[in-house]
Amino acid sequence: MLGKTAGGLFWMSRYLERAENTARLLETGQRMALTRTQNSVEEWGSVLKTAGVLGGYSAKYEEITKENAVDWMLRDGENPSSIKSVIKQARDNARLVRTALTHDVWSAVNSTWMQVDAAMKRRVNERDLPGTLELIRQQAALVRGAILGTMLRNDMFDFMRIGNFIERADNTGRILDVKYYVLLPTAFSVGSSLDNIQWESILRSVGAGGGYRMTHGQKTTPSDIAQFLILDQRMPRSLHFCCRKIQENLSYLKKDYGFAGPSCEASNLLSEKYLGRQISDIFDYGLHEYIEDFLRDLSDLSRQVEVDYRFYE
Amino acid sequence: MSNYFDEMFSDTGSLRGPYEEIGRWFNAEDASRLRAKQREAEEVFRLTGITFNVYGKAEAEERLIPFDIVPRVISGREWQRLERGIEQRVRAINAFLYDIYHRQEIVRAGRVPAEMIAGNEAFLPQMLGVAPPGQVYTHIVGIDLVRTGPDEFYVLEDNARTPSGVSYMLENRETMLKMFPELFSANNVRNVSDYPKNLRRSLAACAPSCAEGEPTVAVLTPGIYNSAYYEHAFLADQMAVELVEGHDLRVVDGRVCMRTTRGYKPIDVLYRRVDDEFLDPLNFNPDSALGVPGIMDVYRAGGITIANAPGTGIADDKAIYSYMPEIVEFYTGEKPLLQNVPTWRCSDPDSLAYVLDNLSELVVKEVHGSGGYGMLIGPTASKKEIAAFRHKLKSRPSNYIAQPTLSLSTVPIFARSGLVPRHVDLRPFVLVSPEGVKITPGGLTRVALKKGSLVVNSSQGGGTKDTWVLED
Repeated sequence: MLGKTAGGLFWMSRYLERAENTARLLETGQRMALTRTQNSVEEWGSVLKTAGVLGGYSAKYEEITKENAVDWMLRDGENPSSIKSVIKQARDNARLVRTALTHDVWSAVNSTWMQVDAAMKRRVNERDLPGTLELIRQQAALVRGAILGTMLRNDMFDFMRIGNFIERADNTGRILDVKYYVLLPTAFSVGSSLDNIQWESILRSVGAGGGYRMTHGQKTTPSDIAQFLILDQRMPRSLHFCCRKIQENLSYLKKDYGFAGPSCEASNLLSEKYLGRQISDIFDYGLHEYIEDFLRDLSDLSRQVEVDYRFYE
Repeated sequence: MSNYFDEMFSDTGSLRGPYEEIGRWFNAEDASRLRAKQREAEEVFRLTGITFNVYGKAEAEERLIPFDIVPRVISGREWQRLERGIEQRVRAINAFLYDIYHRQEIVRAGRVPAEMIAGNEAFLPQMLGVAPPGQVYTHIVGIDLVRTGPDEFYVLEDNARTPSGVSYMLENRETMLKMFPELFSANNVRNVSDYPKNLRRSLAACAPSCAEGEPTVAVLTPGIYNSAYYEHAFLADQMAVELVEGHDLRVVDGRVCMRTTRGYKPIDVLYRRVDDEFLDPLNFNPDSALGVPGIMDVYRAGGITIANAPGTGIADDKAIYSYMPEIVEFYTGEKPLLQNVPTWRCSDPDSLAYVLDNLSELVVKEVHGSGGYGMLIGPTASKKEIAAFRHKLKSRPSNYIAQPTLSLSTVPIFARSGLVPRHVDLRPFVLVSPEGVKITPGGLTRVALKKGSLVVNSSQGGGTKDTWVLED
C-alpha cells in the first residue's frame, strides 16, 4: 500500500471521528445553555476550548455568543475544525484513497458530505440545530457500519482504526482537560445540583450517560466519572479503551509487515505509563498534569505513526 | 423529414432493425416510470461520485455528465466494419510514431512534409531513437467517429495521448443493467465489462525486460482536482493497481519507485494520465509538480514503460490528421477502411483563402485544441463570432484547420416531450499490446443535449448514452 494511502485512510477516519465528537460537544453545549443555571457565555467558551477552536473564534468575533459559537463550530469555512470543514476533508481524503475503500464506505462518506453540505448552506437556526446534529451522528454511524461491515481486516483497516482511536482519545482527553476542575474534590463541591449538571454534561459529551449508570448506578461522583472516562476497559471512549485499540492495531501491522517502527513501542509505553494506575494515584499526581502529559504523548505517537509508515515524503 | 440520418427511425418513421426491441419496449413503458428511473440513475451517479470537474468554474466544482436512458445501438455487421477500420488505423498510427522517432521514412518519401514534424509542438525530440517495449506507442487509443448515413462513418479525431471517457462507458452499462435488466434479456448485447481486465493485461504485456514476475502496474493521476480524477481512481480500482501521484514517486537505483508503507517499490508499467509536458520537470516543464524528476532518463534506459509513450501527440495533432489517409496507406499498403473528414490546412494559402471565403459553412478548429474549446461552428455562429475568428485565422493561419460541417447522425433522447433526436458521436476504446489490438465493442456515445447542437463535449453541455453492439 502507498504511504499516502495509509495517511489518507488515517486522516479520513480521524476527521469523521472529529465531526461526530464536535456534534456531541455542540449538543452538550446547547443543553447546558438551555438549563440556564450556568453562565452561558462561559459555557460556550469552554465548549470552544474543548474543541480546540477558541483561538480562531476569538480572532473573528469579539465576544462569545451562542449563535456565533454554534456557527463557528458547525459550518464556518475559516474554522478548519468546523464540522463542515472536517467532513469535507474526510471526503477529500476518501477520494484520495478511493481505490482502498469499498463501494459502501465510499458512498457512505460521499453521501455524508452531500447531505452535510446541503444542510449547512445557510446558518442553522436553533430550531433546526437538533436535526442537523442528529444527521451528523446518523451519518457517522452509517460510515462506521460500512467500514466494520465491508472492509477487509488488513493494513488499510488498521490505519483507519489507529486514526479513529487517536482522535477519540484526544477528544476524551480534551474534555477532561477543560473540565478537570469540575472533578476536583474540593470543600465546596459536595454534589450540589450545579455540580451534578456539570458532571452530567461531561458524561453526555462523550455519550456515556447510559454506560455510566449501568456501571456505577445512580450515584455520580467525580472520582467515578474520572475513573470511567480514563480507566474503564469497556467504555469505548475511555482513554484505556482507545489506547488498547491503538496498541492492538499497531501490533497487527507489526505482524503483517514483519517489522515495526518506534510507534509500536511508543503505544505500549503509552498504555503502561497512563493506564496501569488507580484513579486515586492520578488525583494524587494531579489530574490536570496527568491529562496534559497524556495529550502530549498521544500527539507524539500520532506523529511517529505518520513517520514510521511513510505517510509523507 | 430532417436532413440528418436518424439511427433509430427511418425517414418514414419506422424503427430501424437494431432498434426494434427498444422501440417496442419504449412504447409499452410508462413515461413517468422512465422519468423516475432517469432521476434514479443520476442519483446513483452522484453518490458514486461519477463526476467531472469543470475548469474555470468555481461554484460547481464537480458536475454530473447527464446520462440519457435510450441506448445507442450498433448492429454486429456495422461494428465489424468499424472494428477492421479502427484496427488498421491504430496499427498505422503506431508504425507512424515508430518511424517519426527513428528514420522518418515517410518524410523521406515526401508523403508528409518535414516541417509538419520538426516544427510541431507535439513532437518530442527526447523520444528520437527510443524504442518502447513491443514498439507500442499508443497503449490506449480513443478514435472519435461520426456517422452521416447508413454506411457512412468518418473519423473525426484520433486520441492518441490520454483519451478519457472509458469509465463512463462502463458505468453507463452498469447503470442500464441495474435499471432495465429486461432490455438485456430481449437484446443480445456484447459485453464491455472486461475492459479493466484487458487493460491491465495489455499494459502488463508491455512491461520492460527488467520487470520480475508479475509486472507492477500503476496509474499516475494529477490528483483529486483533475477533471478526470474519478476515472483514474475507477480504473486503478478495477485493475487492482495503485493510483499514484507525482509526489508518491521517485527514482531509486535507476527505477521509478512508489513510496509504500513498507518502503520504496519499483513500478514496471506506468499508465499515466498526466500530459507529456508535466511528466518530468527535469526533462520538460521545470515547474511541474505533477511528474517525477528523472522519469524520462529511466524510460530511455528501459527501466519503465510509460503508457501512452511520451510524444504520441504528434499522431493525433489536427494538422497531421489531414495526412492520415496517406499515413495509413504508407504503412499498411492498403486503402484506409475508415474515411477522414475532408480537411483544409489553413497554413496553405489557397486553403486559407477558401476557408476565409466560406467561414459560415465550415467548422474551424485549433490544431492543438481539444474538449470543444476554441472552435468555430460556422453555421450556428453569430456574425460577430465569425468576424473574430476571421481575425484569428489571418494572424496565425497554421494554428487552424477547417472542415465541412458534417450532418452528424441523431439518436433520440428521452426528453420531457418524449423521444427527440439529438446529434451523437462515438468514441471506441482500443488497447494495443504485442499480443494484438483489442477493441471494446461499442465505446462512449456522446450526445449534444441541446436541440440542433453539434457539440457533444461534456465540457460544453453534452451527455452520454450506453452504447450497444448487438450480436447478430
